[in-house]
Amino acid sequence: MEILRVTNVKKSFDGEPIIKGIRFAVQKNEVVALIGPSGSGKSTILRSLVHLETIDDGEIYIDGEYLVKNGIYNKPKEIRQIQRKLGMVFQHFNLFPHLTVKENLELAPKLAKLDSEEAISERCVQLLEKVGLQNRLDAYPSKLSGGQKQRVAIARALMMQPKLMLFDEPTSALDPELTGEVLTVMKDLAKEQMTMLVVTHEMAFAKEVADRVIFMDQGEIVEEGTPEELFENPKHERTKAFLKRY
Amino acid sequence: MSLEYILKISGPMLEGAKVTLLTFFIVIIISIPLGLFITLAGRSRFRPIVWFIKGYIYVMRGTPLLLQLLVLCFGLPMIPVIGQYLVLDRFLAAVIGFVLNYAAYFAEIFRGGLLAIDKGQYEAAQVLGMNRWQRMTRIILPQMFRVTLPSVTNETITLVKDTALLYAVAVPELLHYAQTAVNRDFTIVPFFIAGLMYLMITLVLTFFLKRIEMKVKFE
Ligand SMILES: Nc1ncnc2c1ncn2[C@@H]1O[C@H](COP(=O)(O)OP(=O)(O)OP(=O)(O)O)[C@@H](O)[C@H]1O
Ligand SMILES: [Mg+2]
Repeated sequence: MEILRVTNVKKSFDGEPIIKGIRFAVQKNEVVALIGPSGSGKSTILRSLVHLETIDDGEIYIDGEYLVKNGIYNKPKEIRQIQRKLGMVFQHFNLFPHLTVKENLELAPKLAKLDSEEAISERCVQLLEKVGLQNRLDAYPSKLSGGQKQRVAIARALMMQPKLMLFDEPTSALDPELTGEVLTVMKDLAKEQMTMLVVTHEMAFAKEVADRVIFMDQGEIVEEGTPEELFENPKHERTKAFLKRY
Repeated sequence: MSLEYILKISGPMLEGAKVTLLTFFIVIIISIPLGLFITLAGRSRFRPIVWFIKGYIYVMRGTPLLLQLLVLCFGLPMIPVIGQYLVLDRFLAAVIGFVLNYAAYFAEIFRGGLLAIDKGQYEAAQVLGMNRWQRMTRIILPQMFRVTLPSVTNETITLVKDTALLYAVAVPELLHYAQTAVNRDFTIVPFFIAGLMYLMITLVLTFFLKRIEMKVKFE
C-alpha cells in the first residue's frame, strides 16, 4: 500500500528551478533513504511534503489523499488533516526551549485533542522510554546533549501517531560520538515497521536499514534501487562520482 | 535637621508618590499589551498599517517625551477649530502621552525579540499541527517574553524616573512636592527624601522583576 506518492513535482526559488519534475513513492512499512550532494534539493522535497514549501507544479498524495493535484493545493482544512499523517524530524531538533521534555511531547497532541490527557501522558512516558529518556521528563532542552535532544524530537513527532516519518539529516548537527544513539532509535523504529523517508549522509545506516535508496542530484532523481543495487552496482556516472566520496 | 520636619514634609510627598505610582502602574499595564499589539500589527501584510506604525514609532522615538507631553497637555487645545474638543484633564493627557511613548518603545523591543526567535520554532510548531494562534501563543510569544525581559525591565525602571516629567506639565507628583518644600523651607532635605522614595520604588521593582527573570530561565 502506498503511503506517499510524488509525481512530477517542480519547484523554483527566485526563478531558479530547484526541483525539476520528481517522481517517487513510498510504500507502507518501507524505509527509504534519500541521498545526494549538498544543494540537490533533498530538504526542499521533505519540506514540500509537510507544506513548509509550496511547490509550483505536480502532485503529492499522502495516504491516498492529495495535498496538491496538478499544482493546485487542497483546501486548508483538508491539508491540516493530511498533514497529521506526517511526522518530521529536523536537523537542528527545533525543540521548544521554554518547555520541558514532557511538555514538548504533550503540547501538540493536547492542543489537537488527539486523545484524553491521561492517554497522552501515558503515551509520552512510553515514547520517552522507547528513546531511552524516561528519566529526563522534567528537564529543559538546554540541559540535554545533542543526541538526547534529537531523541526527544523523534519522540515528539511520534506523539502525533504519524503514518510516515520524515527525517532531514537527523544526525548531521551531532558530534560523531552522539550519532549512534539517534541511529539506534531510528533502527528500532524501522524494526517496528514504521514507514520512514530519511535524508541522510550516513551511508552505513542507509545500507543497513533502508529498503530502497534514492539518489538525487541537481533537483532530479538520478537513480533508485535497493541498497545493494545502488551502493554495489551504481549505473550512473553521477551516482558513482557521489558514492566515491564515502 | 529634625525628624519632626522630615515627617512633616513626608506626608505631602507620599501623596505625590501615590500619583507617581499610579501613573507608573496605569502606563505599564496599558503600554506593554499595546506595544505587543503594535508589534503584531506591524507584521500585517496590509502595507498602509505597517507604514503607519513605522511612522508612529519613528515620531515617538525621535522626539523628546517632554515635547510629546507638552503637546498633549497644552498644545492640542490650541489647534484651530478642533482644539476646543481636545481639552483633556492634564493627568489623563499626560498618561496618554506616556502610554503612546512607552508602547512605541515596547513595540520595538518586542519586534527585536521576535526576530531573535529561530525560524525552526515556527516550522516545528506548524509541522506538529498547531494553527497560527497556537503557534503564536504557545511557542513564539513565551520565548519572545523571555528574550525581551531584560530590556523590558530596563524600560520599566526608566518609566519610574520618567514620571517626574509630570512636574513639567503641572501634575503634582513626588518631585513637585519636594520642589515646593525646598523653595519654601530653603533646605535640600526634601530632594534627598524624594531620591530615597524613587530608590525604594525601583528597588522593589527590580527585586520583583529579577524574580520573574529567574523563574523563566527554562533550565
Ligand atoms: N528559501 C530558499 N530560497 C532560495 N533558495 C533556496 C531556498 N531553500 C533552498 N534553496 C536552494 O535550493 C537548493 C536546494 O536546497 P536544499 O536545501 O533542498 O538542498 P539539500 O539537498 O537539502 O542540501 P544539503 O545536503 O546541503 O542539506 C539550494 O541551491 C538552495 O540554495
Ligand atoms: Mg538539506
